[in-house]
Amino acid sequence: MKVCVDYGKCTGLGICESLAPDYFEVNDAGDLVLLKEDVSPEDLQAVQEAVDGCPTEALSIED
Amino acid sequence: MSVDTSIKNFVVVGASLAGLRAVEAARKAGFTGTITLIGAESHLPYDRPPLSKVFLEPGADEPELPFFREEATLRDDLGVELLLGEPASGLDTERKVVKLGDREIPYDALVIATGSSPRQLPGAEGLAGVYALRTLDDALGVRAALDRGARTVVIGAGFIGSEVASGANKRGVEVTIVEALPTPLVRATGEAMGQAIASLHERNGTILRCGVGVRRLEGEGKVERVVLDDGSIIDADLVVVGIGIVPNTAWLEGSGVACDNGVVCDETLWTGVPGVYAAGDVANWSNPTLGERQRMENWTAAAEQGAAAARNALDPANAKPYGTVPYFWSDWYDVRIQFVGSPQADEVVLVDGDPADAGRWVALYRRGDRLIGALTVNGQTEIMKYRVQIMKGGSWEDALAFAQSRRVAAAVTRAS
Repeated sequence: MKVCVDYGKCTGLGICESLAPDYFEVNDAGDLVLLKEDVSPEDLQAVQEAVDGCPTEALSIED
Repeated sequence: MSVDTSIKNFVVVGASLAGLRAVEAARKAGFTGTITLIGAESHLPYDRPPLSKVFLEPGADEPELPFFREEATLRDDLGVELLLGEPASGLDTERKVVKLGDREIPYDALVIATGSSPRQLPGAEGLAGVYALRTLDDALGVRAALDRGARTVVIGAGFIGSEVASGANKRGVEVTIVEALPTPLVRATGEAMGQAIASLHERNGTILRCGVGVRRLEGEGKVERVVLDDGSIIDADLVVVGIGIVPNTAWLEGSGVACDNGVVCDETLWTGVPGVYAAGDVANWSNPTLGERQRMENWTAAAEQGAAAARNALDPANAKPYGTVPYFWSDWYDVRIQFVGSPQADEVVLVDGDPADAGRWVALYRRGDRLIGALTVNGQTEIMKYRVQIMKGGSWEDALAFAQSRRVAAAVTRAS
């Protein structure tokens, strides 16, 4: 499973970083950087929470 | 996730973010019964943060209306019955019905997500050109006035008022903010940081007048001027009032649901009345993560609480506490202000940058020996690292050491 970012929607609010910091980081410019793309089974719940918590619905998990 | 199969009718009162997330979470949890979503506004659920931000920015194009879902998605894919355009008028918890005018909607499980309404300025009734900024219709009205170049007075220097002022300023219209308190944003960010953030207005050319109240608004049919307590007069074509909100609980009077600064809930968002939960601006709940009772007025809490309240309402035997490190953001001029945690602190320390000479800084909030809050202004890469620490109950000492390591790392990057 892979996590996908729609950079057209993302505004760098960072909720994802606080829920899954191994996968997401907002940089100095305020842009989201994907640290890891492949979601391991043990991280799935945290990444799913990040996806659900995104205010701009910019994140998704794809098979 | 599971649901209690004796629950057939799930009703959500309030069709904004918390209400939407509640109905979505219900289906995600496997609930197959009837879902009814009741909303006072005639609009489908829409996202409010853009209304005071991108929505007011200058630009030739009309901004896209921020609806979350299409009607067909809600009705057909999620199987939600939409009752929009009329507010719930009462709740009978004995007979388990929500009253909607002369109709009665039965429920087995109920989520109250009726949100809040802007506080009104007394005496402003009947004057055109006076707005709160809460609804899509408000935002359309304010935007149209700004398009006409309205001389703008914003009453209240909180986040909503400040965002409106910023939008007006970007369009080059005359804008003044009037704030009754000597320092704005104290409740949200504390005294020192309230002052520091407010200085962004002057830095960007918006007039901010603090410590002076509004005596009255004047005009023939439409607002023409604002008269302040000190007798000074500001000419205005548009007045936006942002002096706080009050939770929408009047309809619950006599229902047996306890209200005190919102609907009083426990850690699971339960009201104590069988089957009745609350979420969003209207919910005053006990936040186990920070160990304090809070009523949030932000997007993050509305979204999370809506889902959590629905899951608990549909499976009360396995209800889980909802805890969070509160988070809100606000966009003014070219800065993003972000806050995590609680401003109820023993000490606030600036750990990076300086409000006096730059539009970028980081401040940390200490309660006892614990990190309890963090504020950043254009510190997008910093803020969430502190949210994680607060979630984990991190110590003040560790937070300061972390801030120091961030400063060193940044200095090394700049030097190389």
